[in-house]
Formats: sequence, C-alpha cells, structure tokens
Amino acid sequence: MEAVRFENTKFSYRDDGKDPAVNGVSLAIEEGEFVAVLGRNGSGKSTLAKLVNALLVPSSGKVFVCGMDTSDEKLAFEIRKSAGMVFQNPDNQTVASIVEDDVAFGPENIGLPREEIGRRIEFALDAVGMQAFRHSAPARLSGGQKQRIAIAGVLAILPKIMILDESTAMLDPKGRREVMEVIKKLNRERGMTVILITHFMDEALQADRAIVMHRGEAVMDGAPEEIFARSDELEMYNLTLPRAAYVCKKLQDAGMPVKNAFTAEELAEAICASLQRG
Amino acid sequence: MRIVAKGLTYTYNPKSPFASQALKGVDLTIEEGEFFGIIGHTGSGKSTFVQHLNALIKCTGGYLKVGYYDLADKKCDFLELRSKVGMVFQYPEYQLFAETVAKDVEFGLKNFRKDMDEKQRAQAVREALETVGLDYARIKDESPFELSGGQKRRVAIAGVIVTKPEVLILDEPAAGLDPLGKKELMELLHSIHGGWCKTIVIVSHDMDEIAENCTHAAVFSEGKVVLTGTPPEIFAQSETLFSLGLDVPTTARCALLLRERGIEIDTDFTCDDFAEKVLAQWRAAGMPGKTGAGQVAERTTSGTESDINREQAGGDGDAE
Repeated sequence: MEAVRFENTKFSYRDDGKDPAVNGVSLAIEEGEFVAVLGRNGSGKSTLAKLVNALLVPSSGKVFVCGMDTSDEKLAFEIRKSAGMVFQNPDNQTVASIVEDDVAFGPENIGLPREEIGRRIEFALDAVGMQAFRHSAPARLSGGQKQRIAIAGVLAILPKIMILDESTAMLDPKGRREVMEVIKKLNRERGMTVILITHFMDEALQADRAIVMHRGEAVMDGAPEEIFARSDELEMYNLTLPRAAYVCKKLQDAGMPVKNAFTAEELAEAICASLQRG
Repeated sequence: MRIVAKGLTYTYNPKSPFASQALKGVDLTIEEGEFFGIIGHTGSGKSTFVQHLNALIKCTGGYLKVGYYDLADKKCDFLELRSKVGMVFQYPEYQLFAETVAKDVEFGLKNFRKDMDEKQRAQAVREALETVGLDYARIKDESPFELSGGQKRRVAIAGVIVTKPEVLILDEPAAGLDPLGKKELMELLHSIHGGWCKTIVIVSHDMDEIAENCTHAAVFSEGKVVLTGTPPEIFAQSETLFSLGLDVPTTARCALLLRERGIEIDTDFTCDDFAEKVLAQWRAAGMPGKTGAGQVAERTTSGTESDINREQAGGDGDAE
C-alpha cells in the first residue's frame, strides 16, 4: 500500500505563488520503505516533509497520506496521527520536565484512556531503548538521548510514517549512531515507513531509497548506491559524494580497476582486490 | 598569541550536590599561527576548555595564559582580551538579535571599540561582511532573520570577526550545514587565517574535517588532553581513538582495514593524499588490470580543482 503520494505538488511561501519551494513533485512512497531525502539547504526538503503531515498544504496539486488528502482540513488530525515528525533541535521538542510525561503528551492529546497511555509509554520507551530514563528530566539527558525521547513521543501515537527532518544534525557521532540504530530497527522490525531528511551521505546509504531535491524538484530517485554512482549529476546539484566514494572515483579515474565503493569497508575491500590482482 | 594551559581545572556547581569536575588538569600549548583542532566526546571538557580562552569561564584552578594575558590573574583586562580572542558558538545564528544585519554585526564594535566613530564602524562592518562573502550593499539593511541558514551563520561570524581578533575560536562551525556549505565555510576560515587572524581553534566532531583542515589537534577525554600532534600523528593511533569512543576519518578506517590485510598506506588521511598513495602502490605493482580510463580522468578535473586549492590553503597554514 502507498504511504505517501505526491501528485504534481507545488508549494510557495508567498501569497502570489512565486518562487515555489516545492515545484511540481510527483512520487509515491510505499508502506515500509526507508527513504532518504538529500539536497542543499533551500532545495525544498523540509517543505516536502511538512507537506506530508499537513503542517503545510499544497498551493496546487495534491498530497495523500495513507490515502487521505492533506488539503482536507477535517482529515488533518487523522493525518498527523498517521505521520509523525521529529525535528532538528531536541530542545525545541520537549514539553514536559519528566521523560514519561513528555512521551505521554501525544497519547493524551488524542484522548486515549489512562491504561492505554501507560502501555504506549512502555512500548515507546522500549522501542528507543530509554526505559531506564523513564523518570529522568529530559534537560539532563544527552542530545542523542533527547532525540530518542522525541522519537518515543512520536511513536506513542503509533504512526505509520515517521518523518525525521535533519534530526541527527545537532548530535555528536555517538548520538547520531544511536538515533540511526533506532530508526533502522523501527523500519526493519515494525515496518515503519521512514522519511529521513539528511545532509549526511553515510546516513543516506543506510536507506532503501534516496531522493535528491534541487530547486523544489525531485531530480534523482533510486537506490542510494545507484544515486552515488552518478557523481557528475550529484555535482550539478551541489552535493558531494561520501568520502569513500570520492576516493574510489579518483582511483577509477586514474585507471585503477576498483569496484564501486561507498563505505570505508567497501573501499578497503575494493583496493585490496585490485592491488592483489597482480 | 600563544595559548598555554598547565594543570587547568574547573568544577561546575562547586560545593553543591551537582558538582561535576569538567577539567581535571589540562596541559596544552597552542602555538601562534596554528589552525588547531579540538576533538573529544560530548562531556569530555572541550567546550569548557575553549570557553576559558576568552574568560567566559573564569580560570579558577591552574595556569592559563593567552599571549601576555594571565587569565588566572583577577586584575587581567578581560575586556581587552575578549576583543582579541573571538568566540563563535555552536549554531551562532541563534544569537542574531538586531533588526538589520549591519546593526547586528556592529554590536561587538560598539562594545570593544569605543574609539571608533560611526563612519569607521560602518567601514569595519562592510569589511567583515565582505570577508565572509556577503554583498554589503545588498544585505546590510535586511533583517538577519529573513536570510537562509548559511547566510545567517556568515552574518553571525562577521559579528565576531568585525573586531579582527588575533585568535578565533569556533565551536562546531560547520555543524548543520550541507556538504558544500561546510566546504565553503572552511575555505572562508582558511582565507582569514594568517592575516590579522593568526590562530584559529575549531572544535569538531567531524574527523575528516580535522584531517583536511588542521595543522595540529588535541584529543580531550574525561577532562584531560590525552593526545596531541598533527592530524596524521593523531589518526595513526586509530585504536586509541576507537577505545575513547571516537571516530577516525574515513581514510584512516580504510587504512586500518588494509593494514589487517598486509597493505600499508602511509597517508596524511586527506582523501586526495590517500588516493594518491594508493595509486602509487598500484603503479609500483605494475598497474595490474589498468582500464583505459585516461580520458575519464581528463573529463573530471573540474571536480578536483577546488580540492587542490584547499590543499594549498592547508599547506600555507603549515608553512607558518
């Protein structure tokens, strides 16, 4: 089933509709997919994300979330229950002074009974591995931990789709790894549809599919390995290759027969195979 | 200005149940002219350390000198020190506050340079904005809040360099920028380094960034400096870094994996150098399996040109 469908979606922040931030995007995301969205600052990535959970509605064209039309105001509440969003700065997404209260915020707002809220908190904190911090103050947690709490807060509503808008950008490498592990687990084990907006090429490599945005348009769409193999095109959109892929390309350009590599591990493998050939 | 710390200690919330010792005796010397990288885990004390350098945190234990300013001395002229040691915080765009870009950038000058008149200040603001690559005439009357993320950060940096500090400290200057934005920011730092700005200190989690830009670096762990040296010296000790829970540059991880298979790549851990050294080994082995890709190499030189420039910029830094 389709989780999200864009139909010639346009969105402009201006009343006269000029300078559209999203300019005619048509694509579908299947349920259970893990999609990374890449692109320079200002390419329309975040606008695209906000269109998915009806924080923004298209100026023209349509967006459907689990079959629901986002421009139908009556459906906004249902849509936001289906598509949860995690933002960049963990400090801006904390509403309570105790972790479990923070996670309870969503379920309380959709009017769930008390026992059910308890179960949801239990489930959400387990899923992000933060059960031990249930009674802690979010302010005293690390960035990665705070982001996991933010994810738990979204999970507690049991959405089908999770959108992460540069949610790892402010974290240190350890925090980034923690959050990526949680996202991958949710995708693999629970079939959660994940839309990950990121500047980190190594994160995009962990997705099933990558979409490149450029001036409001989806200009590339495919498996991450396939996208990163088209380095000339990426350069046109002002994106850089993952470093291992960059080194690999330099070797290939000089005539060295190395297989395409995108990570340090693959690169070592490829270099080794090539050097030991002779 | 040379920066010398000896046995520097610092405790947050001393004599309270929340007391935590962030610095446990930091010994570190940063020579004038360096492009210095500070590496460490969250909570390793690196931010506490850099905030000491312009006395945002007062020195309470140990020895700290920046140039001839003795920061442990209560009579030290902190205002003058702060005009010479500029500090750019993480996500500095969150600190923009004025209604126009020009007023925002001018704020530091008004505080530090009471000797300047309005005209001189306007000139300094223009220079600072041009240095960070913004068009003064076009941007000066804009609201800083209407700008793009990358532009905001540039304005925030202009607001610090407007006083032309001899030492510039930046905490995660490239965090949150897209890859090209990161590259442009580093190029900007190299362009001011060596002029009036003699020393640059960056705190970064991005090991590739350290390897590609810094002349020297120090690794912080649990409130102490555990490793110092040039990036190649530091990243040659990948195992130590791993044991501290830190990353290494992509090329260092690759070099480590190759070493396990008996292939030694002696590199400075920048991508271009690493590729060169691998190619050298391949050529020495008689270029097994060479593909006819000479023409391809010609076609893609445009992509490598800027990297060569960056290398040269890094090289100039080394020479000082």
